Amino acid sequence: MLGNALLLALRELRRNVMRSFLTMLGIIIGVAAVIILVTLGGGATKQVTEQISSLGSNLMMVVPGKRMGPGQGSSSAPFKLADAEAIEREISGLRAVAPASSAMVTAVLGNENWSSTVTGTTASYFDVLNRRIQEGRIFSQSEARSGVSVCIIGETIRNKLFGGQDPIGNKIRLGNISCEVIGLLAEKGQNTMGQDQDDIVIMPLRTFQRRIAGNEDISLIQVSVKDGISTDKAKVDIGRLMRVRRHLSASEDDNFSVMDLKEISTMLSGTTKVLTGLLGAVAAVSLLVGGIGIMNIMLVSVTERTREIGTRLAIGALEREVLLQFLVEAVVLSCSGGLIGIVLALTVSLGLSSLLQIPFVFNAPIVVVGFVFSGAIGVVFGYFPARKAAQLDPIEALRHE
Amino acid sequence: MINGTNSNGTERQPIIELSGVRKVYGSGTAAMEALRGVDLRIYPGEFVAVMGPSGSGKSTCMNIVGCLDTPTSGAYRFCGVEVGDLTRNQRALLRRHYLGFVFQGYNLLNRTSALENIELPLIYRGVTVRSRHQQARQAMEVVGLTGWQHHTPGELSGGQQQRVAIARAIVTQPLVLLADEPTGNLDSARSIEIMELLTSLNENQGITIVMVTHEPDMAEYATRTVHFKDGLISTDHSHKENA
Repeated sequence: MLGNALLLALRELRRNVMRSFLTMLGIIIGVAAVIILVTLGGGATKQVTEQISSLGSNLMMVVPGKRMGPGQGSSSAPFKLADAEAIEREISGLRAVAPASSAMVTAVLGNENWSSTVTGTTASYFDVLNRRIQEGRIFSQSEARSGVSVCIIGETIRNKLFGGQDPIGNKIRLGNISCEVIGLLAEKGQNTMGQDQDDIVIMPLRTFQRRIAGNEDISLIQVSVKDGISTDKAKVDIGRLMRVRRHLSASEDDNFSVMDLKEISTMLSGTTKVLTGLLGAVAAVSLLVGGIGIMNIMLVSVTERTREIGTRLAIGALEREVLLQFLVEAVVLSCSGGLIGIVLALTVSLGLSSLLQIPFVFNAPIVVVGFVFSGAIGVVFGYFPARKAAQLDPIEALRHE
Repeated sequence: MINGTNSNGTERQPIIELSGVRKVYGSGTAAMEALRGVDLRIYPGEFVAVMGPSGSGKSTCMNIVGCLDTPTSGAYRFCGVEVGDLTRNQRALLRRHYLGFVFQGYNLLNRTSALENIELPLIYRGVTVRSRHQQARQAMEVVGLTGWQHHTPGELSGGQQQRVAIARAIVTQPLVLLADEPTGNLDSARSIEIMELLTSLNENQGITIVMVTHEPDMAEYATRTVHFKDGLISTDHSHKENA
């Protein structure tokens, strides 16, 4: 009986190819949207996780303000250089501590100019973040102390300002100051948030504070823990120290955050998840609309085929057999839509992920869920029209014009 | 000579037995009494023509006889079973196994081959594909449509469509064939062909036939004619008794 219902349903689908396709369109778009979003979201999350682990698992960041969740945060008083020095002095098990402060500045060389992030930091920065020098050198202790105008530039800056030429020893203009290029960073590519990590200018912290920022603030302290030392312990120690230094009473919440890799990763992928969830909800609505479309067309079909239903009932079809026939038709319709949607989604996901340069992560569960969900929509929205067909009075139905 | 067998002395059971059947549509002042106490017995092997003007109750009576409808009051026994006591599904099973229907407008499935149309009742009986084909081909042979199995109703003439409809009705070898104006849409030459087919089914296969018709010429083929008038049977006479 089920096999027959399936055959009949496929035949009905073939008879009205255009109508069937248009009916399926809602489901196709819905299923495709859900799968594309989840697949791309998964790829983005994977990329975030991979890139964070490439930073080294022993990196921690101390930032002012309390992180409350993805994208949320409150601002608080920035740190001072003394805070970073205190961490370095008083916390054991640390490999390096790099205070940093950044600003957007336009770099100019001759007729070329390029807006970039200038970061003032100490020599530990290169150690903490695993940045290597490709050419030239980093600034010396004495240069850092005296605050001379020297800088190390990333590959992107070199490209924009110097073209293919050697930048070392040349002077570029950063905002109001003239600054000698003493080093070139090895290329690193984009980071987790899609920022170009080579679009960067590094200079001694003191130079930055005096000549560019005009204050003594530190907006970020990056810390790397020695191998074999637990980041959890360092995190607690730093937290305790910073509470003392920031004069927080026991009842006050932290007005700074110490994030280790896990938290940074959670924070970044949390943003992706919120986005994926939101867009997924929109996609689910489109699935619902697709279901209503199926119900609509099934009702039309029942009306059109009233005489056929009457004939079937008269020659001895049971109510449940007629119900099954129409239910199967609705499910075949929605499942076909689901299948097309899945194929479409995988194709588009492959294309988009290579376009956006994120890894393509085939998410089998969501494909299965998409298919099952489309089938379920067929059952839910096909049931009412099918029941209507099954409960027709054969005498009335046979008389129907 | 086949159905005139009331000579062997045993009391024959009627296959269809209506006693005091009333059918009322609507209620209160709007109530309309379509049947007002009909008594009718049809025995196996009979070929009954049901006649009467429209509104006389003959269609209502046929719906009840065909187990598509139930009497408001009175009794309808089919092969001794009280149909009024059956559920909708039980009546469907009764139709599936014992009744064949030939509708006035053929009611074939469009864009579906003749063979598949004829197989339809067998599908609901759960007959396997192979014996379905075989039985359907046999039925086509009986109605003289061999070679037309792959044509759809749209490609067949009216007479041929009615033959397909008859083949669909007899493919299950029913006890009773109910035909509602089987020649209503056909010219006289085609009508005669269909009536000869029904007569031969009645005589050669022993199928009991109850046929509604407007045309006295067609009623001539039956062995018995029942006239309805105002919800009651007005005349009921057998003919061709010893044909």
